[in-house]
Amino acid sequence: MKAKELLFKPVFENNPIALQILGICSALAVTSSLKVTLVMCVALTLVTAFSNFFVALVRNHIPGNIRIIVQMTIIASLVIVVDEILKAVAYDISKQLSVFVGLIITNCIVMGRAEAFAMQNPPVASFLDGIGNGLGYSALLITLGVIRELFGSGKLLGFEILPLVTDGGWYVSNGLLLLPPSAFFLIGLIIWALRSWKTKQVEAPEYTITANTVAKEV
Amino acid sequence: MANNDSIGKTITVALLLCVVCSVVVSTAAVLLKPLQETNKSLDFKRNILSAAGLLREGVSIEEQFKQITPKLVDLNSGRFYSDSGTAGLTVDSYDQREAAKDPELSEKLAPQDDIAKISRREKYAKVYLVEDGGVLQQVILPIKGYGLWSTLYGFLALKADTNTVVGLGFYEHGETPGLGGEVDNPRWKSLWKGKQVYADDGSVAIKVIKGTAARDAVHKVDGLSGATLTSRGVDNLMHFWLGENGYGPFLARLKRGEA
Repeated sequence: MKAKELLFKPVFENNPIALQILGICSALAVTSSLKVTLVMCVALTLVTAFSNFFVALVRNHIPGNIRIIVQMTIIASLVIVVDEILKAVAYDISKQLSVFVGLIITNCIVMGRAEAFAMQNPPVASFLDGIGNGLGYSALLITLGVIRELFGSGKLLGFEILPLVTDGGWYVSNGLLLLPPSAFFLIGLIIWALRSWKTKQVEAPEYTITANTVAKEV
Repeated sequence: MANNDSIGKTITVALLLCVVCSVVVSTAAVLLKPLQETNKSLDFKRNILSAAGLLREGVSIEEQFKQITPKLVDLNSGRFYSDSGTAGLTVDSYDQREAAKDPELSEKLAPQDDIAKISRREKYAKVYLVEDGGVLQQVILPIKGYGLWSTLYGFLALKADTNTVVGLGFYEHGETPGLGGEVDNPRWKSLWKGKQVYADDGSVAIKVIKGTAARDAVHKVDGLSGATLTSRGVDNLMHFWLGENGYGPFLARLKRGEA
């Protein structure tokens, strides 16, 4: 596969969140402010890329029966390193992200790509695949982050865009957007829009619901 | 690759992986430790400055912190700890949070006294004085207490009359974001400014009430909506630390100029 395809296919064609429905949990949790979202995106992209790289590097030596734990160990080590670096260089943000950096370990995208792609492909291709999926994740998270921060608190990256009524402006903020469920609704709408645009992504229904029948009178 | 699944290979791969990963992780941890420690102490100082309302953007924290003098206080007698004291402590090295766990430096609280649910209280507290030309302006007190899920750690800044609140801030807690976590909300914190903590008879009068306090109520602060237990925790820790077992004796002496 070509590098370009590896990098950009996951953004729209095969988005990890919108099509594979992976990594929803952190998409709900960290998107209420754009700054935190961006840091999370960078952290996840780096972890996915490097874990893919290292898993691919040793893929021919990983015994089949302990392969999941081997992948986990590699991912966990990388996440700890990222967490330590964040604590050292971006202390404020690491305090806000708190548990979510640690939870990258359990992010399905990282595991999913390691198992599905890196186990069968050479290191460089796997690295690019990791970056690509990170970009796909980031694209969706940034969209959510922008919508939620702008309409939830009238700001972007902490700068005031829509002056709030509480601060003497005109905009009444939508409090729901600051709560995690709002991201759920937004993701649903985005998936709907994406599948209307790229109809190939629509899945065939697994079963059909039988038509309503009138209950017999007893 | 059938030979990959032999017991020998499995064990070798597992061992090697563990060694490599642990080396990577511990190297990162050791190398970044000094930077993290600096960040932590800067964050601590920033919180002290922000409770005192002295934090200015664009000026280095260390520079701003020079106007603040840390001092040790003997909580039982309410006097400043003098260097000739028996415990052999120094202001710079004293860690109040560690001391609260040290049986030598702390006391167990009787259940009826332990309203902030901290179980042990240290004998010495590290308070921060803000002076201007030798005249005391503010005193900043470290406070802590249990909320809903976690112990809240923070600072309370009082004016030199030891009664008027300048600011309040928590630098560490694990309350629910959006509910109890709103203790970090600048708007809520600004409600504390100007409140009086003691009644005329000297008893602790500050109260976190349910709902909205009247604007002229000098002893009442709005509770956090949806966070009754965190609000109650803040109320309790205020009562504990301002009371007889907390900074009560010290603040009384400080006001009389006898500390």
